[in-house]
Amino acid sequence: MAALSRAEAGERDPAPAVTVDLHEVGVRALNAELHAPTARSYEVLHPAGAHSIAAGVHDEIDVRVRGHAGYFCAGMNQRAHVVVDGSVGNGVAENMMSGSVRVRGDASQSAGATGRGGLLVIEGRASMRCGISMKGSDIVVGGDIGAMGAFMAQAGRLVVCGDAGDGLGDSIYEARLYVRGRTGTLGADCVEKEMRDEHRAELAELLAAAGLDHRPEEFRRYGSARTLYHFTGDHGSYG
Amino acid sequence: MCGIIGLHLRDPELHPMLGRLLDDMLCGVSERGPDSVGVAVYGDDRRNPGGQAAVSVLRAPGDLDRSVAALLPGTPDVTASRAGDTTVLTAPVTGETLAAAVTAAAPEALVVGRGDDVVVYKGAGHPQDLARTYGLREVSGWQGLAHTRMATESAINPEGCHPYSVGPDQCLVHNGSFSNHATIRRELERRGVTFDSENDTEVGARFVAACLADGDDLEKALLRLGETFDGFYTLLVTTADGFAVVRDEIACKPAVIAEHPRWVAMASEFRALAELPGIGEARIFEPDPGKVYTWQR
Repeated sequence: MAALSRAEAGERDPAPAVTVDLHEVGVRALNAELHAPTARSYEVLHPAGAHSIAAGVHDEIDVRVRGHAGYFCAGMNQRAHVVVDGSVGNGVAENMMSGSVRVRGDASQSAGATGRGGLLVIEGRASMRCGISMKGSDIVVGGDIGAMGAFMAQAGRLVVCGDAGDGLGDSIYEARLYVRGRTGTLGADCVEKEMRDEHRAELAELLAAAGLDHRPEEFRRYGSARTLYHFTGDHGSYG
Repeated sequence: MCGIIGLHLRDPELHPMLGRLLDDMLCGVSERGPDSVGVAVYGDDRRNPGGQAAVSVLRAPGDLDRSVAALLPGTPDVTASRAGDTTVLTAPVTGETLAAAVTAAAPEALVVGRGDDVVVYKGAGHPQDLARTYGLREVSGWQGLAHTRMATESAINPEGCHPYSVGPDQCLVHNGSFSNHATIRRELERRGVTFDSENDTEVGARFVAACLADGDDLEKALLRLGETFDGFYTLLVTTADGFAVVRDEIACKPAVIAEHPRWVAMASEFRALAELPGIGEARIFEPDPGKVYTWQR
């Protein structure tokens, strides 16, 4: 790849980073390199909101995106550590399996959708449907999230340090939601739950992993009332 | 899919750059709608001179300016310019008078824009090619919008292109689809409203135009649209002095707004906003479901 060149270390990683300038090569070439990496650390310049940056990476490498990314950034991530110095579009870290993704700015809709593992940190705000159908991943949002957060979330933890919009946790299964600010209306079958010691402990771990210093006591916990798990037989048209 | 961009300039120093900024924004939504592109620009004196009206026409015969002039006695200066499929006529009369004269002179022609300030261009083809055809980079003015189309429900042709401009200096562009438009169309037809196409977006535009004609402001008109229409939509609506964005209550269709002291911009995706001057200092947010956002000149 002609546009790949050795560069000085990024501030997070002491190893020399390979620089890929998206003014010079396309996202396909970038992702082809990241899918069969010849280095441990990469720096992506001029992302300019392009889609699918660093999607499908499955090796333990570091990727630093210097600017704003578009849709599906770091989607399907396994083992890699991706940092975006900017905002991201729809579906950041969609279906993440492991590793970590950190967004220094804001995230658009469906951040961390269907994630099975790993940690997604959004330092700014996340838009609607954050954590939709999450299946075991952890998401920490520094600011607010929009409406319909954690819709049908099945497992994992969602931490919101700001406010959560209307419809939080609609049709939720077993994911645990922690909100520091206000919540709008709660979604169907989502209720506030008691914060016990084990919850404060796991929240402290998540906040530490995200690099945030809020106290767990400032948060409330929400989860499933488990009334939608089974057909109850009292729906007249079926009875 | 479809892509939307809109730019409302607050700082007059930016007015000469309107076309260049719109063209850069258009690049960011071309992939969302490679079939066709429609553009509307407000305040370009070279295209819609002060004291005159402009009417944008599809399927215009070559001698339309002369036949329209013949229907407007005492109006010597009817000028026509062609940009691809769109012919723009200007004359020192009102937009409605000029539009009526076009329809009378050439019943086969279709009026797709009219007003004292706005000029509308529509065409089928790749957005970047059509931007050159329209001379977009040379545009000046205070407000503009564009729509790139990925057709799903009607043919790829200039007539199916957005914006729908059915009232004076009004434009509406739509990403999504209305599901109860046929019912609303019949209700509007009973009230005497006539339609140019079978397109669902035209029903939305006619509905908004009827509300504005009833005396609603832009916010009220769009709230009424939200109460009446079912379906998916992100809409950008512009008028002679306004700029408004609204999404349906589920808000699946994307929208990003950036507000800066010198301008307000809206686009389907952030990448269309990435090159705007001062984007780093702008307040960037996604509009909430069902909420109407308006800005006045």
